[in-house]
Amino acid sequence: MGKLTIQDLKKIKENASKKMTLRGEKGDIKVIVHMGTCGIAAGAREVMETLMEELGQADHENIQVVASGCLGMCSSEPNVTVEIQGKTPVIYQHMNANKMRQVFKRHVLKGEVQTDFALARG
Amino acid sequence: MSKIRTQLMLCGGTGCSATSPAVREVFEKELERQGLSEEVQIVETGCNGFCTLGPVMLVQPEGIFYQKIKPKDVPEIVEEHLLKGRPVEKLFYVEPASEETIPTMNEIPFFSHQMLRVMRNKGLIDPEVIDDYIARDGYFGAAKALQEMTPGQIIEEMKISGLRGRGGAGFPTGLKWEFASKSPGDIKYVLCNADEGDPGAFMDRSILEADPHAVLEGMIIAARAINSHKGYIYARTEYPLAIRRLTIAIQQAREYGLLGEDILGTGFDFDIEIYEGAGAFVCGEETALMRSIEGKRGMPRPRPPFPAQKGLWEKPTILNNVETLANVPQIILNGGEWYSGVGTETSKGTKVFALSGDVNNIGLVEVPMGISLRTIVFDIGGGIPNKKEFKAVQLGGPSGGCVPEQHLDIPVDYEEIAKVGAIMGSGGMIVMDENTCMVDMARFFMDFIQDESCGKCTPCREGTRRLLEILNRICEGKGKPGDIEDLEELSSVIKESALCGLGQTGPNPVLSTLRYFRDEYEAHIYEKRCPAKRCVALLKFEIDPDLCSKCGACFRHCPAEAITWKKKDVAVIQKDKCIKCMTCFEKCKFGAIF
Repeated sequence: MGKLTIQDLKKIKENASKKMTLRGEKGDIKVIVHMGTCGIAAGAREVMETLMEELGQADHENIQVVASGCLGMCSSEPNVTVEIQGKTPVIYQHMNANKMRQVFKRHVLKGEVQTDFALARG
Repeated sequence: MSKIRTQLMLCGGTGCSATSPAVREVFEKELERQGLSEEVQIVETGCNGFCTLGPVMLVQPEGIFYQKIKPKDVPEIVEEHLLKGRPVEKLFYVEPASEETIPTMNEIPFFSHQMLRVMRNKGLIDPEVIDDYIARDGYFGAAKALQEMTPGQIIEEMKISGLRGRGGAGFPTGLKWEFASKSPGDIKYVLCNADEGDPGAFMDRSILEADPHAVLEGMIIAARAINSHKGYIYARTEYPLAIRRLTIAIQQAREYGLLGEDILGTGFDFDIEIYEGAGAFVCGEETALMRSIEGKRGMPRPRPPFPAQKGLWEKPTILNNVETLANVPQIILNGGEWYSGVGTETSKGTKVFALSGDVNNIGLVEVPMGISLRTIVFDIGGGIPNKKEFKAVQLGGPSGGCVPEQHLDIPVDYEEIAKVGAIMGSGGMIVMDENTCMVDMARFFMDFIQDESCGKCTPCREGTRRLLEILNRICEGKGKPGDIEDLEELSSVIKESALCGLGQTGPNPVLSTLRYFRDEYEAHIYEKRCPAKRCVALLKFEIDPDLCSKCGACFRHCPAEAITWKKKDVAVIQKDKCIKCMTCFEKCKFGAIF
């Protein structure tokens, strides 16, 4: 890399900040994949992987992905909770890769709750 | 998959890195095994500050804080927390006073009472990656100083900020720069003092390890202010990790053109070299430090001329401490007004302290000026371990003094601390409990000072040696009437006549312990008794039958088989066999041995 100008410095800051968003201020949107033993057995790994893929494509900085434990509704696993700041969190049930893609594109990015897959508000 | 969902901020400071590389290795293996390598990233950070709990790790974005991680804990963290989302509770922090478990870092009192400015990037960036620093506004202060400000404006901003030297003396930084900028000459130098030598102090080392670029940026700004083109960092060779990270940082900054010729296309040239000191305490004194860089024996010289007029190689020079320089980029970026918004009338901003000794939470803390010492010791520090009583806190290392219980509510402020006989110092803060003998403590520091005296001036070379001899005698039970008066007289002579700051402040440990704990000196001399039961020569090694609980702990642990004991009987020490090793004394929970 050659000599930097102040413009270059700003570019580096922008790019590097993206990689660091996890470490500082929390994002406005939190997607929780419930990954207890039951969830994993029911396919939560696949859901998580799809979510990560979608997230990679979306290039959106304010989304936080968290793996969390079992909700207690093992029969409805895999469960995914979408929390958007200022709105009621929504829990989705019986998720799979396709449903995850839809929830991500419609709910997470556009804010439309996908009532068909929803288990509850909570 | 390109997106990372979780980052493991594993501490790679000197304390933690005793075991953190092993932990990291297992993490890499386990993440691979569970197929998480692409979702979870390990980032090695600089010192987190909570050294006593090392190795520590912060899981982001949740903010879960793990402490004392062993390689064997790693599979559980990966499987339970990272895969299944169930944080591993047994590795959470437990508050010593309430025994409450606290999972997230921001809720732990040790962190929540702190105010991070100098250490704002600790645990957040990888110190070996310059882009991480730039992402946190790194080098934007230097850019502003080089592009938008005149040297005069930079100095003015520094004066407004009220920043004072963090190395201990507290001289206003802006003023120091102004003197050097006004000195005539084309060749000037900017020096960074990273020769941290006080026993119990490790602030500068941790700053260099956690955020080396902040110091480089501070030096660039200082260079611009006085129009210097060459800087040296004088770091002690005992700090290998700090030197390694500095070397990497300088290399990266050069590659980006942030050091060298024509920085950021502004036409300003400045480069930095590291000079490794050989570990002499006196080389932390400014004139001795400059001699050492010149390749001569590190010894102070009388001032004036001050370094701002004639410093390194007789050229105008400024010397600032690591912590001082690390403050500079933010002052330039946010303005002096912003900086002076925190603190007291005469002391602005924050101060980093290395908290150690008899305190639960040993580590590095950054607090706003004006906070009370009590808050630091009891809230951030978590109080005294083993339910013992607080006795005093020692500030400023060998040049400083101690602050006893009755003055613990004074604020952190250069002048207020000086009023009670201690100094702000560079940030060493050693907490002492009731079992510390203050005469012995003074002896320890005097031993250090006389050992490190460079020998150039007689008051320091001979005087501190005589002080040590008297203290040794007192601790050995051979103190005689008049010793205290001799200590006082000798101390005041050394204070007035020694050549450099280190010599002049050398007798401080004696004077400040005499000020608050004169009764302990008197007990040693006149009653041949050590109230804290620390001085072996003054212990009788007898057992008080009233206090003895007949438990037999002393009997079981005595390595010399000098104790006789039977169940339900008071133990007896046979003096002819006793080797005075103190084992029984330490094992007795009832204080029955005297």
